[in-house]
Amino acid sequence: MDHMITADTEKRRRWMAVLARAAADEIAGLLATLPPLPAHERLRAPETGLVMVRGRAGGDGAPFNLGEMTVTRCAVRLGDAVGHGYVAGRDKRQAELAALLDAALQDPARRDALMEGVIAPLATRQQAARDAEARKAAATRVDFFAMQTTR
Amino acid sequence: MTMLTAGFADPVLDAQATFRAVLEAVSRPGRIQRAGGALNPPAPLNQAAAAVLLTLADADTPLWLDGGSAAEAWLRFHCGAPVVAQPGAAAFALATGMPPALAALAQGTEEEPQGGATLVLQVSDLAEGEGWHLTGPGIEHEHRLRVTGAPEGFLSAWVANRAGFPCGVDVVLCAGDRLTALPRTVMIAEG
Amino acid sequence: MYVAVKGGERAISAAHAWLEETRRGDASVPELAVAQIEQQMPLAVDRVMAEGSCHDRFLAALAIKQAKGDLIEAAFLLRAYRTTLPRFGASEPLETARMRLRRRISATYKDLPGGQVLGPTFDYTHRLLDFALAAEGEERATGPEASAPVGEAPRVTELLAREGLMQRERDDEAEPGDLTRQPLAFPAERPVRLQNLARGDEGFLLALGYSTQRGYGNAHPFVGEIRVGHVTVEFTPPELGFPIELGEIGITECQMVNQFKGSRTEPAQFTRGYGLVFGHGERRAMAMALVDRGLRARELGEDVTAPAQDEEFVLYHSDNIEATGFVEHLKLPHYVDFQSELENLRTIRKSAEQALPEAAE
Repeated sequence: MDHMITADTEKRRRWMAVLARAAADEIAGLLATLPPLPAHERLRAPETGLVMVRGRAGGDGAPFNLGEMTVTRCAVRLGDAVGHGYVAGRDKRQAELAALLDAALQDPARRDALMEGVIAPLATRQQAARDAEARKAAATRVDFFAMQTTR
Repeated sequence: MTMLTAGFADPVLDAQATFRAVLEAVSRPGRIQRAGGALNPPAPLNQAAAAVLLTLADADTPLWLDGGSAAEAWLRFHCGAPVVAQPGAAAFALATGMPPALAALAQGTEEEPQGGATLVLQVSDLAEGEGWHLTGPGIEHEHRLRVTGAPEGFLSAWVANRAGFPCGVDVVLCAGDRLTALPRTVMIAEG
Repeated sequence: MYVAVKGGERAISAAHAWLEETRRGDASVPELAVAQIEQQMPLAVDRVMAEGSCHDRFLAALAIKQAKGDLIEAAFLLRAYRTTLPRFGASEPLETARMRLRRRISATYKDLPGGQVLGPTFDYTHRLLDFALAAEGEERATGPEASAPVGEAPRVTELLAREGLMQRERDDEAEPGDLTRQPLAFPAERPVRLQNLARGDEGFLLALGYSTQRGYGNAHPFVGEIRVGHVTVEFTPPELGFPIELGEIGITECQMVNQFKGSRTEPAQFTRGYGLVFGHGERRAMAMALVDRGLRARELGEDVTAPAQDEEFVLYHSDNIEATGFVEHLKLPHYVDFQSELENLRTIRKSAEQALPEAAE
C-alpha cells in the first residue's frame, strides 16, 4: 500500500494531469500511431460522479464547499499494473483511455515510447493553448500614462 | 494493489439487490438473506460483508475495519470510504475478528439517533429456527437465530445497547453469502 | 369532511405536449444545438452552474435548452440531476492565487504586481444594441495576442496583510459543513454561509449587496481585486493516497476590502468580504463578497442592524430553488384549506349581521 511519494509519483501525477485535460479523440489519435497495447481488464467500469469543489474563505482561509463538479473515473488492470483515470466531465471514453495509459505508463518497458508519442504531444498542445490565452489576456493589460499632475 | 479484484459486476443493479436484502434483514430481524454470492473479495472479507459495504459505504461514511491491508485496499478502492483509526469515529465498522465493544462505537444522539454506527460482523455460521429467541418490531411472535462464532459477552452487551434506545448500534451479521440483521430495537434471549 | 379527488392526467399530458412544442418554437427556425448554447451563451451557462451548484457546462446548457431559457428552472434541473450521481469525495481547496488569469483588476491600487488585466469584459462597451449581430454571417472577431503572456499575480489582500493592515483569515483546517448533507442551522459558520451564498440567487445577492452600499449595514467597500480565469482542481482518491489533477474549471473571485474600526483584541485594520463563483460571474462574486462581509458583523462584534447582516434572513431566503418551490406551491390545490377560510369568513359575517340590529336597538 505504501506509495512512493517521490519523483515517480510526481511523474505519474504529471501524466495523469495531461490526460485529464485531453479529449478522448486526441488521446486515441496519438495512441493509434503506436504499437497496440494488450487487452486490459476493467477493475471499475467508467463511472460518472461528483467531486465537491472546495475554496477557501478569503482565498487563503478556512476551506468551504463551493459546489460540485462532474468527474468520471475508471480503473483498469494491464499486466501487473493498476491504472486510474479521474477526469473532469462526463466522458467515459476519456476516463478509460486515461486509466489505460496510466497503467501502461507504469511499465518501464513502455513508458518512454508512450511519453514521447502521447503525453509529450498532448502537453505541448495544452501549453500552447494556455500560452495563447495568456497572451490575449496580456494584450488587455492597461498601460497607464500620467496626464497632468494637478495638485 | 496488484491483487485487487473486481467489485460488483453491475454496480447499480447489484447494489440495489443487496440494499433490498439488507432492508429485508433489518425489517425482519433474524431472517436470513443472501448477498454478494458473485463477489470474490480478498480474505478475510466474506461475500455478504463485502456486498453490504459496497452497497452502503461511500465517501460520506467513515469506515473502521480490522481486516488487514488487502481488505482495506479493496474497500478503499471500491467504496471510496475514508478509513478511520478509531472505531468511535466510524459510520460503519467491519469486524472480521473480535469486534470493538458496542459501547465504543458511535451511538448517535437523542436528536440524531441515525448517527449510531452499523457494525458489520463476520461470524462463522447463521441458522434460522434454533438458538437465540428474537422478539421486537418486525417480528410477529418470535424468530429463532443461531449464530456460530458470536463474540463472547455479546448478549449482555446487547442488553446495554438496547437500553440506550433510540441511540445505539445496529448490527449486520454476515457468514459466507448470508446475512441477517439485529437492529437496535430487537430483544435477544439466550437459546 | 375530506374528499380525495384525482384527475387531470389528460390535461397534464396535453399541457406537456404543448410545452414541448412551444419550447421548440417555430419549426422553420433552425433548432438550437446544446453546443451552441454552451459556446454562445456562456454567461447563462455559468449562472446555471453556480445556482445549480454543479460545474458541468454541457449539462447546464442542456438544462437551459430544456427550460426554454428560464435560468432558475434550469438550475433546478441541474440540482435534481446531481442528486442521481454518487459523490467521490471533496477536492483539495482551490489555489486561486495560482489562477490562470483572463482578467484581473483592482480598484485599490493602480500599479500592482501583475497589472490591471481587463480580459473579455462588458465594462467599457457603450451598451448600444449591435444590429450587426442580427445580420447573418457575422465576421469572427479575435482578440489580439501580446508577445509575452500574463503570469500568476500575487493577491492584493496578501500585499496588505504583509504590512499588517489586512486581517489574516483563520484556518483551523476543520472539515467544513456541507449544506447538501446537513440542513442549515444557526448560528451558521462562515464556511456554510459561503456555500449558501455561492449557490444563492444572483438577484437576491445583488439587491442585498446593493443595500449594504446604500446605508443598510454601513459598509464602505473597495474592490481589492477581481480575478477571472481557470484553476486546477486537485482531488485525492482514497485508493491512490496522493492528489491528482482532475482538470481545470473557470472561476471568478472577488476580494472586497472593508474598514474595521478594531476591537479590544484587534487593532483597526481592513477586513475581507469574499466572493467565489463558478464560471465568469463578476456581478455575482462582488455581491457575494458584499453580503459575506455583512454577515461577518457578529464575528467582528459589529451591530447587527441591516437585512444583509441578519444571517437567518439572508441564508434562509437566498436559495432560488427553495424559494421557487415555496412560492410556486401556492399554485397547488388548496381547495380544502380555502373552503374552511370561506366558511370561517361567512360565519364571522353572519354573526356580525346578527349583532347589528341588536346594537341598533
